[in-house]
Order: sequence, then C-alpha cells, then structure tokens
Amino acid sequence: MLDRNTPPVTYSPIDFDFKLPLCQEGKLDNGIPIYSLYGNVEPVLQLDLVFPAGQWYESQNGVAQATASLLKSGTSKYTSFQISDLFEQYGASVKSNAGSDWSTISISCLTKHIGQLLPLLADLITDTVFPQSEIDLYIQNAKQRLSVQLLKSEFVANRKIDEYLFGLKHPYGKYLVAADYDAITQDALTQHLKSHYRSADCKLFLAGSFSEDDIRLINQSFGGSAWNDTEKPTQVSPQIISATEKKYRVHNDAHVVQNEEGAQGSIRIASHFPDKHHTDFTPMIVVNTIFGGYFGSRLMANIREEKGYTYGIHSYMYNHKQCSAYLISTEAGKDVCEAAIKEIYHEMDVLKNEKVEADELDLVKNYLLGTILGDLDGAFQVIHRWKNLILNDFTQERFYKNIEIYKSITAEQIQALANKYYQEDSFYELVVT
Amino acid sequence: MINFNKFTLQNGLRVIVHEDPSTPMVAMNILYDVGAKDEDPKQTGFAHLFEHLMFGGSVHIPDYDEPLQNAGGENNAYTTNDLTNYYIQLPAQNIETAFWLESDRMQSLAFGEKSLDVQRKVVCEEFKEHYINKPYSDAWKYLRELVYTQHPYQWLTIGKELSHIENAQLSDVKRFFYKHYRPVNAIMCVAGNITTEKVKELSEKWFEPIEPGEPYIRQIADEPIQQTARHLVLHKDVPVSVIYKAYPMSARRDKTYYADDMISEVLSGGQSSRLYQQLVKEKKIFSQIDCYHTGSVEKGLLVIEGKMLPHIKPEEADLAIQEEIDFIKKEKISTLELEKAKNKIESMIAFEDLGLLSRANNLAFYELLGDAALMNVEFDNYNKVTVEEIQAQANSILVEHKCSTMYYLAKGNS
Repeated sequence: MLDRNTPPVTYSPIDFDFKLPLCQEGKLDNGIPIYSLYGNVEPVLQLDLVFPAGQWYESQNGVAQATASLLKSGTSKYTSFQISDLFEQYGASVKSNAGSDWSTISISCLTKHIGQLLPLLADLITDTVFPQSEIDLYIQNAKQRLSVQLLKSEFVANRKIDEYLFGLKHPYGKYLVAADYDAITQDALTQHLKSHYRSADCKLFLAGSFSEDDIRLINQSFGGSAWNDTEKPTQVSPQIISATEKKYRVHNDAHVVQNEEGAQGSIRIASHFPDKHHTDFTPMIVVNTIFGGYFGSRLMANIREEKGYTYGIHSYMYNHKQCSAYLISTEAGKDVCEAAIKEIYHEMDVLKNEKVEADELDLVKNYLLGTILGDLDGAFQVIHRWKNLILNDFTQERFYKNIEIYKSITAEQIQALANKYYQEDSFYELVVT
Repeated sequence: MINFNKFTLQNGLRVIVHEDPSTPMVAMNILYDVGAKDEDPKQTGFAHLFEHLMFGGSVHIPDYDEPLQNAGGENNAYTTNDLTNYYIQLPAQNIETAFWLESDRMQSLAFGEKSLDVQRKVVCEEFKEHYINKPYSDAWKYLRELVYTQHPYQWLTIGKELSHIENAQLSDVKRFFYKHYRPVNAIMCVAGNITTEKVKELSEKWFEPIEPGEPYIRQIADEPIQQTARHLVLHKDVPVSVIYKAYPMSARRDKTYYADDMISEVLSGGQSSRLYQQLVKEKKIFSQIDCYHTGSVEKGLLVIEGKMLPHIKPEEADLAIQEEIDFIKKEKISTLELEKAKNKIESMIAFEDLGLLSRANNLAFYELLGDAALMNVEFDNYNKVTVEEIQAQANSILVEHKCSTMYYLAKGNS
C-alpha cells in the first residue's frame, strides 16, 4: 500500500552548489564591451544595447521615453514604415525602452538573419531624424493612453507614492502630465539621443546561438570610430524632497468602476531604502520574501488566504540604481482597505517582536535558492543575471556572496533587520479609491 | 524539433515526457480537459473558482505550497474557456515531491468549508480587480454575449456575475471534482532533466493507483451560423471611444485555422502591417488598432479593435475598417506579405520553445488537440499556406452578416 502521508525525500537547495555560467567578455574595436553567452537550444539570438539614457539623465520630462519610443521613426535614408517593414520582413522584433536609469534597444531574431539587420539597427542609434509628423503622432497617442490610465486607481497610486517618496523634481518621483508631452520637440529628442546614446557609454549583451562571424558583423556595425561622440551635459545631482505628511487617503475623481459595489482601493505603503551596494540589501531580500515577497508570504497568508481581502498582496525593493525604496502594494475591497492596512502593520510587528521559526526560515531559503536555480536555466536567463550585475557595478563575486547570505542568514539577523526597517512612522501610506 | 515519449497509465492518464539534460530543472504540467465552456450557465466562473480550491489542501496533504517551496519549487495555474492547466517547476533532484503533491490532489481534495469560504472572497476580489475596477474591463463581457447566443463561450472564465461565485456550495465543488478531475480527463507532461524510465516508474507509483473516473463526453453544439450583422452601442464614462468588430473563425483543429491566424498577422502584425499603416498613419482615424484572435479550441473569434481619435465618428471608423476588409478579400496579399508573416511565426515559435515550462505546456496542449506530435509540424502547417488560401479564408470569415460590431463610446461621441 502506497504511503501518501510521508513526503518523498527532498534535497534541500540550501545544500546545492550554485554556479553562475561564465559569460565571455570582449571588446569591439572602438572599446565597446560586449558580454556574450552561447546557448544552442534554438537558432535564435538576442542582442541588447544598453545606454545610461533613462529618466535619470533627461533634461526635460518625458524625453527619455519619447526618444526610445521614436527610435524607429525615420532615418535620413528610411521612413518609419520602411524601417518597420525591413525588420518585420525577417520576422525580427526590435524593442526600445527607457527605464528610470537605462535605455535599452534590443533585437531578437533568427540567427540566420542578423547580418542583414545590424546595419539598420546601427542607423537607428546614429541617424534617427525624428520627423515632426512622427513626433505629433507619438504625442497624440501618448496623451490618449494617459487619459485612460488616469482612470485607474492603481496607476494613480503608483505615481503618487513615488511623488511622496522622492518629490516631483526627482527622476524617481516625477511623472508625466499631458502638457509634458506637448512640450517634446525634435531638438530635445535629437539632443537626448546624441548626448546619451554614446558609443563611449554603450554596453552590449548577446545571448543565444551565434558564431565568431556574427560577432565580427556586430563589430562592423557598432565598433567603428566613436559615434554620438558629443559632449555629455553636466548634470546636477537631483535632490530628494520627500513629502512632509505621511498618511494619504485620495479619491480619484476620474476613477472608473463598472459598478460601485465592485470598487476597490489601491493601497501603497512605502519607505526609503538604501541602494543595492548597502550591506543590508541582500539580507533584506530574505526578510522581504518572508514578509510579502512570494506566494506563501505572511502578507499573502494573512490578507489573502486568511481574510480574503484581496486577490494579491506583494512587497519589494525598487530596482533603481541610485537609491531604492521599499513598497507594499495591493488592491483591496473598498470596505476592507483600512482593515488590510492594519494587518500589514501587524505583520511588521510580528516580524519585529518574534524570531522566525526554523521551519519557515528553511522554507524561504529553499524557495529562494530553488528559484535562482530555475533562473539560471538557459543562456537568455543567465545573460539577464549578468546584465544586472554589470549595470550595477558588481562582479560575479556578488552572485556567490548573495547565495552565501541566503544560505546562512539567521533568525536573529532577520529580527534585527525587521526592527531597523519596519518602523511604522517611516512609511508613507496611501489609499486611492 | 521537440523530442518526447508518450505512454498511458492503466487508469487512462496520458503521460508525455520531454527529456532535456541541459537544464537543472524539471517541469510538471497537468492539464485537465475542463474549462469555462463546460459550466452550467447558472453557475459560471466555477472552473476558475475550482482552480483556486485545488490549492486548499488534498486528502493527505493539508498544505500544497509548503512542501513544494521547501523543495525549491514554484507553481501556478490558469483557467481558460477551454481548459485548466497546473504547472510546477522545481530542481530535478526533487521531482518526486511534484508527483506526490499532484497525485494526491488528483486522488481527492480535502474539500474544506473554510477553503471554499476564503477562495470565494479572493475570486470576488480578482473579479473586481480585473473586470470592474478598470475602464473598458467589461467590454469583452458585452462582446461575448453579442456574438455567442448559445455557445458557452458567451461568458468569461471569471464568470457572468459575482453572485455565481458567491453562491457556490461545497456539494457543487465535490460534484465538479469527480466529474472532471479524473485521470481519464487529464494529460500530464514532465519535461527537463529526467528520463522517460524514471517518469514511468514514478507515474506508476503515484498516479496509477488513482481510480480512473468516467470519461467526460462533451456535448456542446456549435454556435448557429450568424445570418445578420449585429450591432451594440454602449455609452460609457471613458475618454476614448473604441470599436470592436468580431468575426467567427476556424476552430483550432481546422485546416483553415492557419490561414485565419495569418490574416490577423497581415492585418496587424507590427507597425508595417496594413491596419496600422493605413488607419493610424495614413488616414489618421485611430490612435491604436489591433487584429487578434481568441485561438480557442472550438470556433473562436477574430477581432479588430480600434481606439478612435477624438473627432472621429464611429460610423466613419467602422467604414475605414471595412475598406481594409474589402481589400484583403478582393486582392490577394503580396508574396512579400506572406513571407513576412511566415518569418514572424517561425521566429515566434523558436523563441517560445526556449522555455522549459512553455515546452511542457505546449506538449500537453497539443496532446489535448489530438497528438503532442502536432507541435513539431506546426510551423510546416503555416509554411504551407498560400496567398490563395488566405484570400479564400478572408472571403469565408470576414463577412458583414457574420460580424458583430460593438461601439464602446465615450459619453459625448454618438
């Protein structure tokens, strides 16, 4: 008779050896570093070009994102239609995006087509002319999208909480209003492209199936003399100006619900948090996992699985480069928002006052380490991890150090960190209904 | 080419194994052949609610998540109109934990009153978060009801209304489980760093003792072919007016499915596609326009959805779409357009196959469609499509009297 009561023997990921597969580091002729990871599962590759050209560096609200969005708007040789058509003809996907710190332009395609596509990809960065008609179209559509987003309480809540934390003048705290889009000009876009998408600051990340020949082609397209070689504008370090009030209850007049009975509030509770180089950052990943960082977290167990106040509740550290923040975020029934907030602080108190039991701590360690093993599966995943290390000025040392911390952190250390960072009066608190 | 082996246990559970020694992980995917289309019209949302209850503990294991997380694993699940799918990924060393967990809940759930009580609330909050608390979030509810007069695709997987979920009883839950969650109605795929032999041994140990259950014979009549065009006009508190045009299309197993899929590619696959170039860039009628389809197992929908610019009247927007429809029906697409669609699909399939979970999920899905081996000829099926077939399919499905048009209008736009 099969014994279903006794679980099978499991091997604890705490005892596993973790190896970060090495990536090859090379340099193009002009000095651009290229990090590559070979994986021959499918005949495809992805090449990312990363520049320090995100919101942090923009001289005018919205210009970083607009520049990235308009990279396919036309070069001196091709119209936007011809550009899209050329890439799409080969089934390739070209995406560009500006985040808070970085701008990335990324091409994914069948390896056999990369040779045809690289020269055009290079043109997008060095020869985009930003036709006025394309800018107008972008502004019109972006404003329309914004008008819809503003009806959502969660969108408004995400903006507001960052404003409270960093202030509207800070790159991490500001947000766009319709007038910002109207103020975007061809000059501003060209300026941003030329001074922030520079070969001198560029990093390349390549993953998938490729040959020496493909690297040679990449060098041909991007490794010549320095491009966008303009002077970098000097930048004054932005000041964080946090809100003085801590607690907010905001009614979004534009908020659209299909019926009042179904209305939810968007809860955001956040505090400042040090950057990734701070010694508390990695151990706090473990503390946060226990608190609200995975499906089995205490917040989920209490507020979703016990009380049924919400479909999901999560907490995490912001991924910004210069400084971070700690956020707890959930959408909860309008009537139970205040009760949910009370439970959030209650769970903070429990972590502060009581040591985590060995069972729970082991479980969280096993879970965290198991997901890392899953994340190291395949070249595309591994290069992503390398990218994170390199862009944040870490070496592979960081990876092994983090693993060690995940494996060895104690209940005492966790309690001490909880007492340091879960201070109720350091949190901004917001409900948008 | 995705390699796999296949066998069936004595209780009817179909098992597929995909060996990939390059990964340290194993994925286990269990697909139950039951979706929202199998629900009673008076008890909609049940398949999805049930998916939540599957995590509420089984007969020998009070907590599903804990042992899995301890083994370094992750899991999730989803419900569609056609099926319910559960998946786990964990380090290969610990694969037996997945067998233990999944076989126990296939044998029997714990059926706790508390679990039902909480998950009713959680699902109601999910309903609110995704279908009430956002602009346009009710659009698909109206659209499905407009298109499907009889077929159960007329409701969303979340359910028709909150009350159906609020009123779910434990006796309903039990009945649903023993009707649908039996080995004969399930397909399991195990993929990753494991051998077929090992999967066989573990399947026989953990799954074979489970009672087979009765095969579920689905009896859903096709939606009658629509004879006259349907229109619905809604005035809503939104800033942007949207038009939806829905056309019934081929079922997933039909030979013509591939041409239908490519029609949506030609119309709106990327910024060089027809709808974007003509209606956003040239004629400046929409800020955004997409053509997509539901890809459902039974006859699905090909939908054109366009967000209108403020000064555009819906009739004008409608007419502009119809001109593009007329054009793809009258003139064959160019061989270049055909090539482009094929290149895109080839690349998409290759990228999709990179993920272990995605391979496991797809193998199970193709087995549901009839044979896991279909996964490996999928691109050939697209590659065989000709410009003539695309024209013929455009003329067969993009017909005005079969079309349901919905104007979801900002107040003030009539």
